Amino acid sequence: MRSASDTLIEPHVGAAGPLRRLSDLLYGHRWLLLLALLGPVLLWFGVIYLGSLFALLANAFFRLDDFTGQVVREVGFSNFVALLEPANLDSARRTVVMAIAVTLTCTVLAFPLAFYMARHARGAQKAALYIAVMLPLWSSYLVRLYAWKLLLAKEGAISWLAQQLHAQWLLDALLATPAIGGPSLSFSTMGTFIVFVYMWLPFMVLPIMAAIERIPASTLEASADLGAHPAQTFRSVILPLAMPGVAAGSIFTFSLTLGDYIIPQVIGDSTLYIGQIVYRQQGVAGNIPFAAAFSLVPIIVIGIYLWLAKRQGAFDAL
Amino acid sequence: MTAAVSLDRVSCTFGAGAQAVRAVDGVDLTIDAGEFFTLLGPSGSGKTTVLRMIGGFTLPTSGRVFIGGQDVSQLPPYARPVNTVFQDYALFPHMSVRDNVAYPLMVKKTPRAAREAKADELLAQVQLPGVGSRRPAQLSGGQRQRVALARALISEPQVLLLDEPLGALDLKLREQMQSELKALQRRLGITFLFITHDQHEALSMSDRIGVFNRGRLEQVGTPQQVYDTPTTRFVAQFVGAANVLDGDAARRLTGQDCAMLRPERITLGPSSGARAEGQLSEVQYFGSFTRLKVQTPGATVQADLPAGLTGVAPELGSTVHLHWDASAVHALAAG
Repeated sequence: MRSASDTLIEPHVGAAGPLRRLSDLLYGHRWLLLLALLGPVLLWFGVIYLGSLFALLANAFFRLDDFTGQVVREVGFSNFVALLEPANLDSARRTVVMAIAVTLTCTVLAFPLAFYMARHARGAQKAALYIAVMLPLWSSYLVRLYAWKLLLAKEGAISWLAQQLHAQWLLDALLATPAIGGPSLSFSTMGTFIVFVYMWLPFMVLPIMAAIERIPASTLEASADLGAHPAQTFRSVILPLAMPGVAAGSIFTFSLTLGDYIIPQVIGDSTLYIGQIVYRQQGVAGNIPFAAAFSLVPIIVIGIYLWLAKRQGAFDAL
Repeated sequence: MTAAVSLDRVSCTFGAGAQAVRAVDGVDLTIDAGEFFTLLGPSGSGKTTVLRMIGGFTLPTSGRVFIGGQDVSQLPPYARPVNTVFQDYALFPHMSVRDNVAYPLMVKKTPRAAREAKADELLAQVQLPGVGSRRPAQLSGGQRQRVALARALISEPQVLLLDEPLGALDLKLREQMQSELKALQRRLGITFLFITHDQHEALSMSDRIGVFNRGRLEQVGTPQQVYDTPTTRFVAQFVGAANVLDGDAARRLTGQDCAMLRPERITLGPSSGARAEGQLSEVQYFGSFTRLKVQTPGATVQADLPAGLTGVAPELGSTVHLHWDASAVHALAAG
């Protein structure tokens, strides 16, 4: 047995190795540590991210010479005028409507699940639900997308299930609906919508769950104690306190839908969304100025969205 | 007098099988209307579970709960005529103080102007005029406490449940709130059921105290009864300081098999007529009194000497002689 004085800890005082001196320096000058930790990320955001954003903004004012295919670096508004063409306006409108529909649906689907996970699920059940929500994010986006293509196809699993349940008429009726229908689910706006909702649902569940977890249990008990029925507690306490989570989640679902160009390419009725137009203009057409101008549309829409959300008090409980 | 609250063989068990914990074990209790009743007990003794069963947040495993004569055992909290002041106040962070206080009227669909006027009136009653438009986060702990109180009182409940409401306040504020709460209770005539683990709070505020231990009520009585004539060893030791003597020492010093002797009833004196003598092993100074620990054969006896009466305390290790009046000895059931 070692006695208490026979200790393994070496005395620290006086031992001034280089690591020790570095530690003293950082302790004495806290801003050095802060700079070392925040410097790289600020550099990334400040120079690379914001820099490319401003380059994009600048490009939107240039134009493409139709004859040579070269970018002409002269400030002008021709791209913005082109944005107002009916076909482009139509794409912008379709994309925004889709983003709103996807966001609303994700909110409605995610809320009960997030509420259950935050307030009722315990232990293994909670872990299982967590994994169920996260699992899709572990596999490739493209794999999941093509899996959905098979599920939604005319001969696919969903149509087979509808037949087995003698609900083919329902599927046919849905597909016959103008604007959202099509020859099959995988070639309809409805299909695009279903896949968008599936893809972004985890991004809505997790922030709402985090917000609901932060509500102290006693707050809900107090509401009931003071005479509020469960529906009143939901409306007056749970919903306002979960709003920052809904707002955070909706920023994800809304902006991801606005910017995506792969889902509508693989599944849908071949009408164009903003992302696809940007992709084609900068790729095949090589019209980077017009692509830049069009990609400002989602930025502006998101800006308006955040402004509205703030005005509605979505961030008050933060 | 009608019973404001009564519990009929109420038990509550958490968990199941081998891990089952019986938090409350067959409690019978009647609280009279207009009474200030305190449930006193250590943490984990089940007193908060009793409050939660009266409030409706936890349902009893067996037994029945009555409020104002009505069986509410299975009713949800919003259907019970009681309101609660929570330990952490449980104010709604996204609402103004006024909206917090007016919340019970809001859910009853009282018009805005009427409920805001009433809320301001309540805020004035708890000495918080003019803070109505602030958020709870902008208030101090003591102010939040008062807001929680105003909110619980606005719908004039038959019974107010207070779950260790003063626990988070500092000593001075706590003492001030104690007398304010007592005065408020007298003025409003509402039944208060107060939960605390602080014996001073219980003794100074209550009409009656129920001492709780391991899910059972050990004793119910006035503060004097509980302090002077405890029925069990636990009550004697938990409420105030006590010398609990048993075995040979008890028989030799008190003539009982098991007895309680309050430290403040013991004095020092000459060797003639002394009931015990021993070596002074510890002296603790508390300002208003000095606590001595005296090693007597078979037992360590604690004596509290009031300040100003004894002069300088004797030296550590010296022999002292203890005196007390025969009436100071209170016999306890042995065991």
